[in-house]
Amino acid sequence: MFAEKLQKRGEAQWTIEPFGKMRVPVTVFADEGLIREMDEQVYQQAANVAALPGIVTASYAMPDAHWGYGFPIGGVGAFDPDEGGIISAGGVGFDISCGVRALRTGLTLDHIKGNEKELADILARRIPAGVGSSGKLRVSSLEMDEMLQGGALWAVEQGYGHRSDLLRIEEYGRMLGAEPRYVSDHAKGRQEKEVGTLGSGNHYLEVQRVTAVYNDELARAFGVGLNDITIMIHCGSRGLGHQIATDYLARMIKVAKEQGIELADRDLACAPIKSDVGRQYYGAMCAGINCALANRQVLTHLTREAFAELFPRANLTLIYDVSHNTCKVEEHTIDGQRKKLYVHRKGATRAFGPGHPSLPQDLQASGQPVLIGGTMGTASFILAGTAEGMDLAFGSCCHGAGRAMSRSQATKRWHGKDIVMHLAQKGIIIKGASPRGIAEEAPGAYKDVTTVVDATEIAGLARKVARLEPLICVKG
Amino acid sequence: MTEAHWELYSHPSDIGVRGVGPTREEAFAQAALALTSVITELGKVQAEEAVDIECKEDDEELLFLCWLSALLYEMDTRGMLFSRFEVEAVAGGIKARAWGEPVDVARHEPAVEVKAATYADLKVARGGDGVWLAQCIVDV
Repeated sequence: MFAEKLQKRGEAQWTIEPFGKMRVPVTVFADEGLIREMDEQVYQQAANVAALPGIVTASYAMPDAHWGYGFPIGGVGAFDPDEGGIISAGGVGFDISCGVRALRTGLTLDHIKGNEKELADILARRIPAGVGSSGKLRVSSLEMDEMLQGGALWAVEQGYGHRSDLLRIEEYGRMLGAEPRYVSDHAKGRQEKEVGTLGSGNHYLEVQRVTAVYNDELARAFGVGLNDITIMIHCGSRGLGHQIATDYLARMIKVAKEQGIELADRDLACAPIKSDVGRQYYGAMCAGINCALANRQVLTHLTREAFAELFPRANLTLIYDVSHNTCKVEEHTIDGQRKKLYVHRKGATRAFGPGHPSLPQDLQASGQPVLIGGTMGTASFILAGTAEGMDLAFGSCCHGAGRAMSRSQATKRWHGKDIVMHLAQKGIIIKGASPRGIAEEAPGAYKDVTTVVDATEIAGLARKVARLEPLICVKG
Repeated sequence: MTEAHWELYSHPSDIGVRGVGPTREEAFAQAALALTSVITELGKVQAEEAVDIECKEDDEELLFLCWLSALLYEMDTRGMLFSRFEVEAVAGGIKARAWGEPVDVARHEPAVEVKAATYADLKVARGGDGVWLAQCIVDV
């Protein structure tokens, strides 16, 4: 019923004009092929978001959009606090600040050739991953609050990494506005042993090789070249973030009911930005972002230790660190007026264009590096934010490939061991605890990441800089 | 009469857990078995140590989420997996005991961690035949 209302607005842009309870249109960024394959529920969910109070301009779906809890994954929505705007735990997702960090190594393919297996073993030994793993770091309740305030800066102060790392992390590694007092003891309890762990599911640490450079100038600005060895870490805020989402969804359902906010489904649960629960969720969610930033910082340190063991001349430096499950307060121009908006990006990456004040000096000309994680058998991409993208979707773009198939379908179709063997033939080493976990994450269970990234570029949301292909994948 | 049982069901990106039983509490206990089977094979988990859990919620569906969330919390913080459950109704909620053992990665081969129980497809209901059903999608 929604798909037939789609109107083509450009080569990779479609809209659904408001109808029923929608306050603004839905805008979908995708090429014709992706539109044909898009789950109808994405449109329904994006339309549900378009009906929430205080939404500004449009409810957006990125090229990798698929069904999510409440908001679609690949969904973006900005809300104006002065117009009764809401903040939604479902609009951020269960894995608060799940994101991607990419590192240069100072090595090229020639340096690591012949040592791949040993490197894979060392990484698998040093990086805690999967169910039942726990970090070496134990965080007491006092330190927990400091971590939730300090993010990656806290981790650097504890000896995990360098201050220069912080210049290549969104918010310079520390999200302001975090209020650990609004994070429950349950949430903190889940994190005590999980700092510096990868998690499971679609999370991973990959050693990759740069296999294509699309834009020499931007690649130089980001410090990557053909055949460079890079690392990508994909993970989030672990148990703490999951528990914050669980806690606040339950509270927001009650608040939405009291405030007469009509919810098309309960996972859309939200509260007015200017309400106690709204403010408390924002403070807790910012703490969740810091937790994820600290986590990726500790994992970076462990990766550096692993590389140092085998390659004394390796120098691991950050290309960038992006979060793709967040709500952030940002200034955007709406009808010629500057406004402070609460921008929800769920399975969507911030992609600020050149000249944005939040970017460090040396990235002012290039725009923000945008990191798109692929699946273990395919490719990942580095993109750059565009000036055009700032007006198209509040400076946002896709975040990955996006699932095309359910986990149970994937396990019926593939066996973990076959996948590991098939990828080994392609020169990719997989390290993961369980065959079923690997089967669930089979590359074929995802959309084609190249198509997603191409549609993102055609739409103008970001431009391609480099393509990265995996050599080693440590699965969570 | 349908015997108590559990099942996993397919969902576009995640997975659904469903428990069926002659009482609401039995359906909850069965759904907890389904939850463990998302992570590992149930038969591999020894019921050695017991953990007590209590949940209070007026709404039956929210009570079910509270139950699954409490189990996820215990699994996460204790590093355990559970394979046997007893659930009883008390005023305003449930009282339960879960038996399990610490995660042994080599033996359990856990496939995935469950992040949360969600409101998606959340249902607690008694059918015309008197059989109870409790289900929801879990985020993995």
